[in-house]
Amino acid sequence: MIPQAKQLKHSKVLIVGLGGLGSPVAMYLAASGVGHLVLVDGDCVDLSNLQRQIIHETVHIGQQKTVSAQRKLQQQVSDIHLSLISHALSKHMLKNMLCDIDVVVDCSDNFATRFALNAACVEQKTPLVSGAAVRWGGQVAVFLPEQKQSPCYRCLYPDIEEQLETCSHVGILAPIVGIIGSIQAVEVVKVLLNIGTSLCGKLLTFDAYTDTWRTLKLHKDPACPVCS
Amino acid sequence: MSIIVKFFASLREHVGKSELHIESTDALTCAKIWAQVCHEEPLPSHVLMAVNQEYADPNTRVHEGDEIAFFPPVTGG
Ligand SMILES: [Zn+2]
Repeated sequence: MIPQAKQLKHSKVLIVGLGGLGSPVAMYLAASGVGHLVLVDGDCVDLSNLQRQIIHETVHIGQQKTVSAQRKLQQQVSDIHLSLISHALSKHMLKNMLCDIDVVVDCSDNFATRFALNAACVEQKTPLVSGAAVRWGGQVAVFLPEQKQSPCYRCLYPDIEEQLETCSHVGILAPIVGIIGSIQAVEVVKVLLNIGTSLCGKLLTFDAYTDTWRTLKLHKDPACPVCS
Repeated sequence: MSIIVKFFASLREHVGKSELHIESTDALTCAKIWAQVCHEEPLPSHVLMAVNQEYADPNTRVHEGDEIAFFPPVTGG
């Protein structure tokens, strides 16, 4: 445990998606001592999930992922405070909900959710820790809308409806989501404690096939329809 | 001028190599480099690119000695 961990007890973190990334994010944030986690996922546990979504177990197949995750987290940390939302969040709900959230962790698997979360975080000035992974690699970025110079997720990707590769379709090496999710958890703790150099304004990319890590410097897009 | 072009993750498989050198006497942008390497295939809208590890867009000019990297978009979780 780090000395500052006590402060984490009073933190409230929203985790969107309890799949491959959400599993390690939730487990490591619970283990780190974050006091209150809000878990959002509308799906139920499927056998095909278990290969990479390590918070869920065979006995929970068919159950809501939120309920399955709750069970694992309570076994891990008995006094953790958990709130469960077992359906997709509407724009309105999301906005209301963010008012007392310290950090949002995007562990979702599609652009629509990512853009909706980003817009709400920019509007409410809530820190956003975004992670994504597929096949042999992934990316992590941190956005701090409170800081004027911070880019947002929409500065990075244009908002075009496009079906991209998903983990369930093209596959993923299970430890990749462990690596990317673990980095997300680290960045959440850093933002909560306001320590270290955050990944804000940077995109960290990992390609396991060639063992290449890269940190790209991002720019706030002066024409961004969300943050500018 | 001489520049280095790198392709990561699924783009590496798409292009068939992870790195190549380009020699050119023309003024080049990221989009032109993509077209040159990928046989005039249009640059997909979500592909991320960086010049010397800084986020760039298709119209970003490249210069002698620059390293241009292309990354696929990732949304999986
Ligand atoms: Zn923006």
